[in-house]
Amino acid sequence: MTETFGAEFLVRWLAAVAETVDREADRLTELDSAIGDADHGANLKRGFAAVTETLAKEPPVTPGAVLTTAGRHLISTVGGASGPLYGTLLRRAGKALGEEETIGRVRLAEALEAGVAAVAQLGGAQVGDKTMLDSLVPGVEGLRTSFGAARAAADEGAVGTVPLRARKGRASYLGERSVGHQDPGATSSALLFSTLAETAGAEGVS
Amino acid sequence: MRMLINVPETVVADALRGMAAAHPELTVDVERRVVVRRDAPVAGKVALVSGGGSGHEPLHGGFVGPGMLTAACPGEVFTSPVPDQMVRAAAAVDSGAGVLFVVKNYTGDVLNFEMAAELAEDEGIQVAKVLVDDDVAVTDSLYTAGRRGTGGTLFVEKIAGAAAEEGAPLERVEAIARRVNERSRSFGVALSACTTPAKGSPTFDLPPGELELGVGIHGEPGRERRAMMTSREIADYAVNAVVEDLDPTGPVIALVNGMGGTPLLELYGFNAEVQRVLGERGVPVARTLVGNYVTSLDMAGCSVTLCEVDEELLRLWDAPVQTPALRWGR
Repeated sequence: MTETFGAEFLVRWLAAVAETVDREADRLTELDSAIGDADHGANLKRGFAAVTETLAKEPPVTPGAVLTTAGRHLISTVGGASGPLYGTLLRRAGKALGEEETIGRVRLAEALEAGVAAVAQLGGAQVGDKTMLDSLVPGVEGLRTSFGAARAAADEGAVGTVPLRARKGRASYLGERSVGHQDPGATSSALLFSTLAETAGAEGVS
Repeated sequence: MRMLINVPETVVADALRGMAAAHPELTVDVERRVVVRRDAPVAGKVALVSGGGSGHEPLHGGFVGPGMLTAACPGEVFTSPVPDQMVRAAAAVDSGAGVLFVVKNYTGDVLNFEMAAELAEDEGIQVAKVLVDDDVAVTDSLYTAGRRGTGGTLFVEKIAGAAAEEGAPLERVEAIARRVNERSRSFGVALSACTTPAKGSPTFDLPPGELELGVGIHGEPGRERRAMMTSREIADYAVNAVVEDLDPTGPVIALVNGMGGTPLLELYGFNAEVQRVLGERGVPVARTLVGNYVTSLDMAGCSVTLCEVDEELLRLWDAPVQTPALRWGR
């Protein structure tokens, strides 16, 4: 087991995200068609595929550069609300890491926390609005404890959006009718943490 | 659902290639997804750039040309375009007089255009933005994303585009665009759900024999679902919803818009009912436009948009326009 990691770890994480999003695209789109506009899966699939391709071609040398490059590509390729929001999450997290060459789990949690704060500001949302923040905020908090805790907390947060009434984004038009559906953004956000836990497990990082 | 496509992944690019072939008066960058007036930048004139998800054709690409938009940025189906497209469009059309972004009020469009405006300003382009939010079916409150931009977009793009064509400066074009938006209201009705190419099946469940009152242009639900109504009853409901919110004191321009899957025969019949209700409510109609202009793929249904006009706005509406979808005057 090791407690620190570098740029390659984050490249492998984002490649795993791309694979998972590709596998789960239909489910995300299905969730989005219930309370949104049925494009979440296809959009994220396109975005993370572009990210993986770029990172494989020219792998950045620092963890911060991996995240800022990924964020910029998401902003440039995804569109919709999820492009700027996921792009900002990763870009800000990358900026927070600066030039550090190796980081640990808690440092990654701190950086992602800065990213999550930027997402909240950009979207004007808060926890409980039935958005990606409902799994990002507990996920990042859990990451301070362990990768497994992050995954569990983010999953719980995503499932916890089911009884909520949407107050932001396209689902807010539904009002009460958004209750009873799991938020697609919170669901894809939870995938970030489940793939992070899987990557950490496979690489023996704790 | 049978669709006239090759594969879902290329529908937008395929449509742009076809548009380029049909409209030599436009420069269509298929790769970068920007549709530009061929003679842009037009010296001394403000440029109008709009964009949004595809699937609402002819909005926005079909409204590019003299007297309306200078450029349009089509996104994926029902997905806002990305900032790079808008920045590229702004750079291609800016004559130095500035660029007005016309943005429909959806979270994605707003975020992407905001980022684009910052980037364009970094490149030394003067940018103003107008947000279109005319859909009265949505409660505008702290607890929603606000009213959606729908049919009012056509009025904003046509009237502000005419002002720009006349040589009005950016702040004036922006002020006119805002005025048009403030005076425009819409209400939409779905008789069937739409099918996105990526999903291949209807995006929401609307049982036969029911309709969705207050539907958005992506099939988002609105106020309520009811048993099927007649054209007469739908006109009463929709026009009253718009008039009660707009409360016009002067004449209006009426847009009776098809959602994509309703024949013109039905739309004209519906327009007769719309005009009847407006007459009963004492609202004078200065101009009427009937057709499929702000669509929602193959959705059956319609929307009514009213824009209350003064002399200036009506004159700008009547001013010549030469685009693929709207053309009059000379």
